[in-house]
Amino acid sequence: MTRALVAITFAVLAGAPAALAQEGDPERGAILFRQCNSCHVAEPDGPARTGPNLYGVIGRTAGTLEDTRYSPAMREAGENGLVWTQESLDGFLQDPRGYMPGSRMSFRGMRDLQDRMDVIAFLTGDAPMVHSAGIERISADILAMEGDVEYGRYLSSECVACHSEPGDDEGIPAITGIEQEAFILAMHDYRDGHREHQVMTTVTQRLTNEEIASLAAYFAEPAE
Amino acid sequence: MTLNRRTFLGTTAALAGTLAAPAVLGQSRPRAVVIGGGAGGATAARYIANDSDGAIDVTLIEPARHYYTCFFSNLYIGGFRSIESIGHSYGTLASDYGINVVHDWALAIDRDAKTVALSGGGSVPYDRLVVSPGIDFKEGAVPGWSLATQNAMPHAYKAGSQTELLRAQIAAMPEGGTFAMVAPPNPYRCPPGPYERVSMVAHYLNEHNPTARILIVDPKETFSKQALFQDGWSRHYPGMIERIGPDFGGDRVEVRPDTMEVVIDGQAESVDVCNVIPAQQAGGILHQAGLVENDWATVVPATMTSVMDENIHVLGDSTRQGAMPKSGFSANSQAKVAAMAVRHALTDSRMFPARFSNTCWSLIDTDDGIKVGATYEAGEDRIEAVDTFISQVGESAETRAETYRESLGWYDSITADMFG
Ligand SMILES: Cc1cc2nc3c(=O)[nH]c(=O)nc-3n(C[C@H](O)[C@H](O)[C@H](O)COP(=O)(O)OP(=O)(O)OC[C@H]3O[C@@H](n4cnc5c(N)ncnc54)[C@H](O)[C@@H]3O)c2cc1C
Repeated sequence: MTRALVAITFAVLAGAPAALAQEGDPERGAILFRQCNSCHVAEPDGPARTGPNLYGVIGRTAGTLEDTRYSPAMREAGENGLVWTQESLDGFLQDPRGYMPGSRMSFRGMRDLQDRMDVIAFLTGDAPMVHSAGIERISADILAMEGDVEYGRYLSSECVACHSEPGDDEGIPAITGIEQEAFILAMHDYRDGHREHQVMTTVTQRLTNEEIASLAAYFAEPAE
Repeated sequence: MTLNRRTFLGTTAALAGTLAAPAVLGQSRPRAVVIGGGAGGATAARYIANDSDGAIDVTLIEPARHYYTCFFSNLYIGGFRSIESIGHSYGTLASDYGINVVHDWALAIDRDAKTVALSGGGSVPYDRLVVSPGIDFKEGAVPGWSLATQNAMPHAYKAGSQTELLRAQIAAMPEGGTFAMVAPPNPYRCPPGPYERVSMVAHYLNEHNPTARILIVDPKETFSKQALFQDGWSRHYPGMIERIGPDFGGDRVEVRPDTMEVVIDGQAESVDVCNVIPAQQAGGILHQAGLVENDWATVVPATMTSVMDENIHVLGDSTRQGAMPKSGFSANSQAKVAAMAVRHALTDSRMFPARFSNTCWSLIDTDDGIKVGATYEAGEDRIEAVDTFISQVGESAETRAETYRESLGWYDSITADMFG
């Protein structure tokens, strides 16, 4: 999408704040939200995962939830007055690292306007909306599985052919230093079809639960 | 530690002397030697050195000081990359990984003595040898063409000066001229490579010489990602590209470099640029070492060792391994399995089941990228595919742009995975 088009989108939205929520389809948004779900829950008083609980995010000042790990960039943006509105969230979701350099969100962004409108509609929902975390899709035993770091290191050599080891996320997201639970959820989601990407769906098909745990244990180690 | 050739050969000679009594040499580090610093060889050297934490002495023998990747060399032809951006040096492998990089040509492998003779004189002893020499062209594959005529009719299938030459010839084409490609028979390096090249030549001509035409002379009935390429060509370059398959003489072709003619089934046609990509075979050093049967070196999938010599691992384009395409991604993937097996043999480190994967991205036009890929495992005597995927005709422009952006990320990651 061109800059001009984004500007128009913003202008329209600014004129009619409810437009986004009206045009977005919260049910479709709930499905799309699954790709956020390995790092975010959206439920009242829900816990922070790798990223903040997104229940009630609209109207919240950026970087201000307690017991949540934010990047310095996110906290600073909040201190400088960034409030999550439908508009600002739209900008952020489109290109997280472009919108906020220094953000830790390892998500390439949603380039499709309709997708963003749907997710924002889901997060805006007027009825109290409970969306239980992806964590419920995966049993506690699986999340708690202890990985074999050395095996994980060997398996990871397949990942780093595409995901840069130093952690650049140009074109392909970085995975080095990713939290274990977030990693495990993401791999299970790809493997079980809750999240889609041609390459990731294919490479996760043959991974056993033990192998996912081993990879998670390896990637959670800080980069050398 | 960077060794220039003189100091290196000095050390080697000294080592060779002490080698006579290996029993007393209990302390010395086992030696892994890698021939060829391309996609397979550079990865293998880096993984052996890095994962063994200095327990293995690693030597990489490669004549060139810069490696230009064939991957993305078509994008250079299309004007999407500079030639510098696809060049890589061996500095980091030497300085950060302690690999002895020897810029020389391996002349011969003595499998009994376990040494590699260098063309500059001297020889390098090994405990385990990894050979990843890429491809050589088969002589006489395209009548009229030989390496002696490669400047008149470039192959540009080993990247570098050949690629620059081909691009310069395309840029110098007369208005409305003809670019011809003689495509190779299977199996060959990078199955979608010739067709991505056609796309990039078309992109260039579309901008600079829109009445020019492209003629592909192809001995194959079908080719990789064919539906996707043909769909892309008809959308972006309607009427520009003509392909002559075997039904119309695509397998009965001869070239005349002196007069710039392509003869198809006895009919001579004048062309302005002729890109000849001949039939291929394993790199010459493998033939010399007696590790080749019917053009390629057959390997044991679980370890990537030659079926004829358990101390020699063969990687990449030169191998006959089963289901994997000959690609840089495949060579990189195979190198990791070989590196694990080398470390296991020399330092008794853990051995895991062999796993391989490959994805080949191709660019059809600006922001119109496609991909094909698969995961693989070691079968009894060949590598077998596990799961596969491919881009679809009719995908959204956004998906195609995303696929292209992915390929940019992949290029940076995989070249860092090879050269550090
Ligand atoms: C136009 C084109 C596009 C391509 N695009 C892609 C792509 O997008 N993705 C992809 O994955 N692959 C792609 N490939 C394929 C990829 O380049 C090859 O499959 C890959 O380089 C194979 O690696 P290798 O290690 O077998 O050989 P190479 O990378 O060719 O390395 C061989 C090295 O060995 C050296 N050598 C040879 N003989 C000796 C000797 N006797 N002594 C010392 N050194 C020696 C050579 O100098 C060379 O550096 C493409 C290829 C082409 C031609």
